[in-house]
Amino acid sequence: MKILPSDITPYSIYINRRKFIKGAGAAALSFSISRKTQANHIGDNDLYKELLDNNDTLNTFEEITTYNNFYEFGMGKTDPYKNSGSFNPIPWTIKLEGLINKPKTIDLEKLLSLVTIEDRVYRLRCVEAWSMVIPWQGFSLSKLIKIADPLSAAKFVQFETIFRPEEMPGQRRRILPWPYVEGLRIDEAMHPLTILSTGLYGHDLLNQNGAPIRLVVPWKYGFKSIKSIVTIRFVDKEPKATWPMTAPSEYGFYSNVNSLVDHPRWSQSTERRIGEFKRRKTMMFNGYEEEVSHLYKGMDLKKFY
Amino acid sequence: MLTTKFIRRNKLIIFFLLITPSILWSYQFLSGALGVNPIEKLMDELGLMALRLIIATLFISSLAEFRFLRSLIEIRRMIGLFAFYYVCLHFLSYIILDHFFDIQFIIKDIIKRPFITFGFISFLALIPLASTSTKSWIKKLGYKTWKKIHYLIYLAAILSSIHFFMLVRVNKIEPAIYIGLILLLLIYRIYKRIIYPLWAQ
Repeated sequence: MKILPSDITPYSIYINRRKFIKGAGAAALSFSISRKTQANHIGDNDLYKELLDNNDTLNTFEEITTYNNFYEFGMGKTDPYKNSGSFNPIPWTIKLEGLINKPKTIDLEKLLSLVTIEDRVYRLRCVEAWSMVIPWQGFSLSKLIKIADPLSAAKFVQFETIFRPEEMPGQRRRILPWPYVEGLRIDEAMHPLTILSTGLYGHDLLNQNGAPIRLVVPWKYGFKSIKSIVTIRFVDKEPKATWPMTAPSEYGFYSNVNSLVDHPRWSQSTERRIGEFKRRKTMMFNGYEEEVSHLYKGMDLKKFY
Repeated sequence: MLTTKFIRRNKLIIFFLLITPSILWSYQFLSGALGVNPIEKLMDELGLMALRLIIATLFISSLAEFRFLRSLIEIRRMIGLFAFYYVCLHFLSYIILDHFFDIQFIIKDIIKRPFITFGFISFLALIPLASTSTKSWIKKLGYKTWKKIHYLIYLAAILSSIHFFMLVRVNKIEPAIYIGLILLLLIYRIYKRIIYPLWAQ
C-alpha cells in the first residue's frame, strides 16, 4: 500500500501546524514592517523538511529567485531577477468584481489581517519540463472567495496581473497580450491545495516571484499560477487565459500536469528537477492525483488539456 | 583589401577565437557558473553558436565573390568545421547531459518531435560535408560533385534555423532573422547560378 504524506499527518494539522504570525493585528503590522526589511521572519528549514514528500528535496532560495518565467520582466530565465528591481508592490490593492454580492477593492494589508498565513511545500512543474520544490507561505484561496461572497452563478474565477509597463520592461513590447490573465474553475479555486502566496522561504515574495501576491496551483503547469494579482473576477463562463489565447494548440485552459498528454513540441513524460542531473518521471497531476483527480472525473484529459 | 596573406597569418588567432567559447562554457558548466539550469544553458549556447557559424559560412561563400573579399574563402573550411564541432557538442549534450543515454526515449523524441527531427537531419546533413572537407577529397570527387554535395549546407542551415524557431515560445525574432538571412543568401545563390546565366545567354 502506498503511504501518502497526508495519511501520516492529518490534513488539517498538516496545513495549520505552524502559523508564522499569531493574531490578525500582528499580521498586518509585521507585513508593513517587513516590506522595509525584506524579511519578516527567518525561514524554518526544519519545518519545511517536515512538510516535504519523501522523494523531494527543497530547491534553494537562490534557485527559486534567479530562474523564473515572468515575461513582464523579460523572456530570459534570469531576466525577472535582473529587471524587476524598480517594481514597487507597495501599497497594493486587489479588485474583487464580477458575479459577487458586493464588488469591492480590498487593501492587501486588510486582506492579510483576515487570513492566516500557512506553510505549504509544493512541487512546481513548468510546462517547459523543469521543476522545483518550493516552501511557500500563503493562505487558502477559498478564504478569499468566501470574503468575496460570489453569487451562485459564478462558475469560474479569472485573475489578472498588474499592467505597469514603466516598471515592467517586458510589458513595453507586445510579446504577449497584456495584462496577463489566468483562470480556474470555481471548484479548482476552492480546492484546499490552491493558495494565494505572499512569501517563500519565510521572506515576502520577491518581485521576480510575483510580489506581493500570487496564485499557486501545484497540480497545474506553472504558468497557471499567475503572479502579481490585481483583479479577481467571478464569471459564469470559462474565462480567457493568456497562453491558451496565444497558442491554443499548445496550451489549454486546464493545463493539468499530465505525463500522458505531450506538448505538441516536446514530451511531458519526464522533467528536469532544478539542481538534479538525471531527469525524473513526471507524476500525474504533479503527484497530487490523490487530492485532485476527483475534480476531473469523467473528463477526457486529452481533450481538456 | 583583405589580403590572403593577412588571413593566412591570422588563421591561428581565428582558430582560438572559435574554440574559446566551448572551453569557456565547459569550464563554466563544471564550476557552476551557468546558472541554476546549466544543462539547458549549455545546450542553448552550443546550438546557437553552431547555427551562427553555419550562417557565417554561407555569408563567406557569397561575399567571397566580391574581389576585395575573395580571401575570406581561406577561412571558410575552418568555420564550417567549427560549426560541425559545435553541432556535435550540442548533440552530445542532448544525448548525455539532457537524457543520459536514454536511447529509447531519444529515438522516439527524434521521430515524434518535428523540431528535434529537423535538428537531427541537419546534423546528418553536415556529416558528409565535414568528412569531405579536405583538398584531397575535392580532387577525389571532382570539384563539381564536391560542390553539389556541399550545397547540403543550405539544407542544414534552413532546418537548424527552423529547429531554433520552433524551440522558443514567443521570442521568435532572433530565429526569424536567421531564417530570413539564410533565405536571402539562398535566393542570391540561385540568382547567381541559375537565373543570371540564363538571362545572360
